[in-house]
Amino acid sequence: MELFKSVNIDWMGKAKYFIACSLILLTVGWVSVLWNHGLRYGIDFRGGTLVVVRFSTAPPIDQIRKGLQDAGLRNSTITPISDISDPNSKNDVQISLETNVQGDAAIDADRQAVIDALHKTFGSASTMPDFNNATPSALALYLTQKDPLTLGSTAGDRYNQLAQKLTTARDKAGIITNFDQLKSADGATPAVITSLSSGYTLGDFAIRSVDSVGPKVGAQLRNQAIYATLYALLGMLVYIAFRFEWVYGAAAVIAVFHDVLITLGFFSLRHYEISLTVIAALLTLVGYSMNDTIVIFDRVRENLRLMRREPFTEIVNKSINQTLSRTILTSGLTLLTVLVLYLLGGEVLRAFSFAMVAGVVVGTYSSFGIAAPIVVVWNKYYGQGAAMRGGSAAGAVAAARR
Amino acid sequence: MSSQIKWKFVLILIVILICLFGVIGFPKSLAQLQQNLSDNLHLGLDLKGGSHLVLQVQVDEAIGQRTDQAVDDLRKQIHEKNVTVGEISREDSTHILVRNVEPATSGTFHDIVGTQFTDWAMAPAAGEVNGYRLTMKPAVIADAQHNTMNQALETITRRINALGLSEPTVVFTGRGDDEILVELPGEGDPTRAKAVIQAGGQLQLQRVADDQPYPSRESAMAAHAGFLPAGTEIVPGEPDTAAGPNAPLVYYILDRVPIVTGADLRSASVSPSTKFPGQYQVDFRLSNAAAARFGPFTEANLNHRMAIVLDHKVHSAPTINGRIDDSGLIEGSFTEETANDLALILRAGALPASIRYIEERTIGPSLGLDSIREGVRASVGSLIVVMIFLLIYYRLSGVNAVVALIFNLVILIAFMSYSGAVLTLPGIAGVVLTIGMGVDSNVLVFERIREELRNGKANASAVDAGFDKAFLTIIDTHITTLVSAAFLFLFGTGPVKGFAVTLTIGLLANLFTSIYVSRAIFDYHLAHMDRQGELSI
Repeated sequence: MELFKSVNIDWMGKAKYFIACSLILLTVGWVSVLWNHGLRYGIDFRGGTLVVVRFSTAPPIDQIRKGLQDAGLRNSTITPISDISDPNSKNDVQISLETNVQGDAAIDADRQAVIDALHKTFGSASTMPDFNNATPSALALYLTQKDPLTLGSTAGDRYNQLAQKLTTARDKAGIITNFDQLKSADGATPAVITSLSSGYTLGDFAIRSVDSVGPKVGAQLRNQAIYATLYALLGMLVYIAFRFEWVYGAAAVIAVFHDVLITLGFFSLRHYEISLTVIAALLTLVGYSMNDTIVIFDRVRENLRLMRREPFTEIVNKSINQTLSRTILTSGLTLLTVLVLYLLGGEVLRAFSFAMVAGVVVGTYSSFGIAAPIVVVWNKYYGQGAAMRGGSAAGAVAAARR
Repeated sequence: MSSQIKWKFVLILIVILICLFGVIGFPKSLAQLQQNLSDNLHLGLDLKGGSHLVLQVQVDEAIGQRTDQAVDDLRKQIHEKNVTVGEISREDSTHILVRNVEPATSGTFHDIVGTQFTDWAMAPAAGEVNGYRLTMKPAVIADAQHNTMNQALETITRRINALGLSEPTVVFTGRGDDEILVELPGEGDPTRAKAVIQAGGQLQLQRVADDQPYPSRESAMAAHAGFLPAGTEIVPGEPDTAAGPNAPLVYYILDRVPIVTGADLRSASVSPSTKFPGQYQVDFRLSNAAAARFGPFTEANLNHRMAIVLDHKVHSAPTINGRIDDSGLIEGSFTEETANDLALILRAGALPASIRYIEERTIGPSLGLDSIREGVRASVGSLIVVMIFLLIYYRLSGVNAVVALIFNLVILIAFMSYSGAVLTLPGIAGVVLTIGMGVDSNVLVFERIREELRNGKANASAVDAGFDKAFLTIIDTHITTLVSAAFLFLFGTGPVKGFAVTLTIGLLANLFTSIYVSRAIFDYHLAHMDRQGELSI
């Protein structure tokens, strides 16, 4: 089966439309970044505290807000997030708290304050500990003391293992409302369940994750991510300049930059937060876009040797056309992969997979829409695209191979 | 089959078997296969759940303590050698200011500093008459920093290990040179671990100079007419939590030099309190050398008080009722857990400086479980669709691509398992890019072969030319990405590094599978097919 046998599209003739299109996308995104929504940094980069809580029923947002405000935590935002395994349920809530100005020392206090406020608002009146927030070690200690399986001194590690299994069963559901829900756990005999229900209550919420990052650390993390990316880009530029010509390296890096800027613009438009995982997705985008650009450049290099008399623009067009079926195939398949991740991957991966989807689309486009025209324009004005026809080092290697 | 192809297959088989072993071991049942797989695949905290703490050691404090010590020593020396100076004071953690050195004794002063304070550089202090400033030498500071960090790491490791959590990690971490990363997999609530890590744990037994507590510093000073007895200090008592937050503090005047310190302990253990039912006490035993000091001391100070000082606060000041040689106990309102933690901290030794938490992440195991489930389901699903498409689009040759992709994943996972690398969410991004480039490598080769076939080449030479020409492109794309991965690994932190690691391993596996493995399968096929037949691509 073949989809694109011989195409003959004048890509470079349409370059001005591509560039116009890019400018529009950049403008739309960056108007939003600069004057409208700005870039939303996650707490990784901004510093602050983020708590994800699962409730047993639909959570009363107003009550949470009131509870937090009573505790003096005014600068908090509360967002319901859909449950990953069951998109229809809305029992998860994300509470994010800006750092107070006291600096790094405050992160501990903030985190404790949120948890305390929740306990105060939703905690049961019972003095018994809450099973939904119990740690395996605390549970193991309780079981060892109560000894519901009457193992006595022969218990050994048994209760530790049982506690692990019980908490795992609980964590699969996220939160349980009835001790009978634990019956599926291996070793949860009726005696164990009776013992648990006599010593534990079941609270209405369970804390699923807590992230606290000091503001200084946040700034450090941000700078480090930016520098690592810039160095990586520089490294690629040098390598491509060495293998091709420096203008190819520059063009590839500009195209990649363009991709990242457009994706960041989309992030601002869609209100997604930029976290460390999103940075990983942006790096994937960089790698992908670079890969795509090099495939085309590689073909240009090859064709420069084969078609010595054709104008440079023609050669670039032909190279893009020759690699078109590969480009569409690869991009299509990669897009499929990341699209599935975006649609099915759940809330945790949403921003991450969005960056990937945007990255594949923009990254593919920028190879022929941005990187190739830059090289063509350069050649038009500064002439020596022919430099490589004479046989650069890379060309000589390629020639020697056949 | 020609022998060359045969050897290629043998090599590939060996690589794959080694990798498969690394991934699943020798499973005897399906359950065991799952067990081995989860044992060998080291998941990061973001996927598995647990606590991730970054703490900052206040190194300056430890250096400041050295400076304090030096100030003390200098005072003593100057006093002994009859040097007259106006004032000796600590300026900051690395500077000491000495004012108004009597010119007549200045020679002796220089002597003292020159021979006994070799860690310090002395220069006349600007704006002072006969004043000098002592600056800690940079090499000494660096050394102190280094020692403090090593000691902190060791102490924290011992404490965490004593808590008995599963597979904890305690390592130095990237940013700056004063940070330590503690990872506690599966620990959904790090409160206790944090308290144990943070506790100072400095135990000292000191003689109470005048056997009585005072309600304030001032009254303590007043009792001695404004001058403390030589070699003593005022130490506050621990706030009595049972008496409410505003309970008054007490102060003691203690001999500065401790009789026994935490370093003298041989063991510390917990037992139920004999005096207060329901409470617990910490018993400790001393090393022989310390016991040799402690016995005579207690005998000489019968019916006097001795202070048990924890982290520079007097925990209690019991009266010595008889000679004690090698054991003692700390009483107080301890529960079994708090007593256990104190014993553990005493055994593990003191932190050289206090610490502060600057980053703290707890991922509940449930959130981690969800991420894995959803991520894996999504990735496997889309990978299967990609493979089916490759089979339809490239027919028999699609098999090559599918085999290459599967091998690629097996090698990637095996490498991560063997090297102990950890798979995190950003790592999955690396895997996605690897798969993308793996598909691309195959597509590049196949499209090239098709092109050559269209140009009328025979099967064998078309395959040959296709691989040859695509080879350069594949090398270029892969090396470019490897270069960037190297930079990300060098300059990135945590997640960015995780991305770089999986990407690097994945790309290397990719080069092997898409060039070597796929080529071998083509060669085998070509050797077995009808020369005039049509290549299924």
